[in-house]
Amino acid sequence: MSVIVTDTGFAADDWTGGFIGHAANDCGYGVDLPSDTDPATLGQLANAPMIRIDFPSSADGRGFTLANLLRRLGYTGRLRARGHVLADQYAMARRSGFDEVEITDALAARQPQNQWLARSDWQNHNYQARLRG
Amino acid sequence: MYVYNDFDEAFVRNRVAQFRGQVERRIDGSLTEDEFKPLRLMNGLYLQLHAYMLRVAVPYGTLNAVQMRQLAYIADRWDKGYGHFTTRQNIQYNWPELRDVPDMLAALADVGMHAIQTSGNTIRNVTADHFAGAAADEIEDPRAIAELLRQWSTDHPEFQFLPRKFKIAVTGATEDRAVTRAHDIGLRMVRNAAGEPGFEVIVGGGLGRTPMVGKVLRDFLPKADLLPYCEAIVSVYNLLGRRDNKYKARIKITVHENGLEKIQTLVEDRFAAIRPTFTGHDQALLAVIETAFAPPAFAVKSSDGYQAARLANPAFRSWTDTNLAAHKAPGYAIVSISIKKHGATPGDATSDQMRAMADIAERYGHNELRISHEQNVILPHVHQSDLPAVYAALRAADLATANIGLVSDIIACPGMDYCALATARSIPIAQDIATRFDALKLEHEIGPLKIKISGCINACGHHHVGHIGILGLDRAGVENYQITLGGDGTQTTTIGERAGPGFSAADIVPAIERLVTGYLDLRTDANETFLQAYRRLGMAPFKTLLYPAEDQADAA
Repeated sequence: MSVIVTDTGFAADDWTGGFIGHAANDCGYGVDLPSDTDPATLGQLANAPMIRIDFPSSADGRGFTLANLLRRLGYTGRLRARGHVLADQYAMARRSGFDEVEITDALAARQPQNQWLARSDWQNHNYQARLRG
Repeated sequence: MYVYNDFDEAFVRNRVAQFRGQVERRIDGSLTEDEFKPLRLMNGLYLQLHAYMLRVAVPYGTLNAVQMRQLAYIADRWDKGYGHFTTRQNIQYNWPELRDVPDMLAALADVGMHAIQTSGNTIRNVTADHFAGAAADEIEDPRAIAELLRQWSTDHPEFQFLPRKFKIAVTGATEDRAVTRAHDIGLRMVRNAAGEPGFEVIVGGGLGRTPMVGKVLRDFLPKADLLPYCEAIVSVYNLLGRRDNKYKARIKITVHENGLEKIQTLVEDRFAAIRPTFTGHDQALLAVIETAFAPPAFAVKSSDGYQAARLANPAFRSWTDTNLAAHKAPGYAIVSISIKKHGATPGDATSDQMRAMADIAERYGHNELRISHEQNVILPHVHQSDLPAVYAALRAADLATANIGLVSDIIACPGMDYCALATARSIPIAQDIATRFDALKLEHEIGPLKIKISGCINACGHHHVGHIGILGLDRAGVENYQITLGGDGTQTTTIGERAGPGFSAADIVPAIERLVTGYLDLRTDANETFLQAYRRLGMAPFKTLLYPAEDQADAA
């Protein structure tokens, strides 16, 4: 099982649409993207209701750039980071355009809700917001 | 100088609080060592051979007296009473305890400093010309841009987990003192035909195990496009850079493997998408930052005392010959304080010396200090009439070594005395070379010569761009020192050429002595520097100096 983290803390997964691999998506499925997704293909996903980007390791920061690219392309659907994401990376995920993070129960046990809530203030102390206006 | 505003202050305080929490969570087990590692690295904390090491950022190398005194206080309170200035204008403390580090960071925050992003696979401390704002050959002070880049790169959400570290350097002068061609991004301030300010953007330079000279990605980038353009470069690199092999992960390899043209196309496309997200707030902030770097109120007064002191005191005259550089303001000089006393550890200063330098800067130097990538400390603005007093105060602090740019002004990485990566010692070799040439009393006759020593292939000592580079390796458990010749880290950046087989720790100093004293016979006259002689003559005669026995064997 997994835990979904948002600004309000831990919750169970309420996504019922299922997931498929990367494909032009005009149906109700969520799309799973690996971290090595070719950025040139992201434009095909504009209509996906949910995109889930994999973080195979907390040291693999490609997902942050992929999320930014999707948002800049105008993607307005639900965007989820899934995998080895740390509480300390929650602000980066939110600032990069993710709505939520999906972690395993084991990670949730080791990094409990309070450690994630501590970074729910991700809109504060944000140089990027200041520089971009 | 830039002073933290409320936003910067709150940011750094918040970051210290976060790190305090991370240290506690490491201790209570919420974070594994593997998870803690990138977090401590983002806050400048390394694990070395014997202890943790805290690397404190000195953004674009600029400090005021209060900040320098605080560095001295930190050295006394939580370390062993000294600090080590590095080739990226930082200062390192070699002996902190993990539990003390949050307090050290809080003490830094008290004076508007931090250790953020001084390590880890992220955008590192932005470096700049150490003569910025003072140099006679400057187009514009690059530090305002460096501060803007600092703010943009600090905690950038997209770029905290890049394939590898990422280093940016800026220069605003024609003479490149910031080694911009050996950085991931090098920025040279230029003007276009219409006289508008902008940058030549150089990408993919670097030293390390695969040294490469950076390539020009854009001839002219308008000043206002800087942040979106840099963001485009790093964004492209974050996805394209290799993550399968850390030795092939730097952008220099990405550029090399994909070709400059492909990178150009990708960056320009990404730039077109990112540019509209910057709506001008960055330029408004830059205008405020620029006012903070307005030149000090230079004094207009007589320099007669300076000339008289030069005539009266040969030691002072010698020091002024080597340790001063041309200043843009009449009657002023740029003073380089050598942190390379013969036989001492290059770049190490005691807390007493830091306090002495702070006092001198406050009294005679418009309250400004700089750390140079050559591991010295600079007083950028000193009036000539104050030089005798500055010299006397430096002498009293054992800081008056007259060797800037000479054979004993050696860059050396910490090597096996501290570093977990090192394969050989660097510091003792630097000490022995400096001591030997001091004994020979030949240093001033030899003239400008840059020796740079790295204790492993990662090249923190910049040996590839030393006129003489020394690389310490491990050959079956024995230290072995390879020599490269002809390297250059300026606007004519060149990677040095390997001279031949390496030397043992016992043989390396005599080899350098043969090389340098031999050069004295090879040069056309005293005006031809070692590097010029090498460029004129090529490797062969220098190789003969290094390997005389083999030469005889060939003749036999």
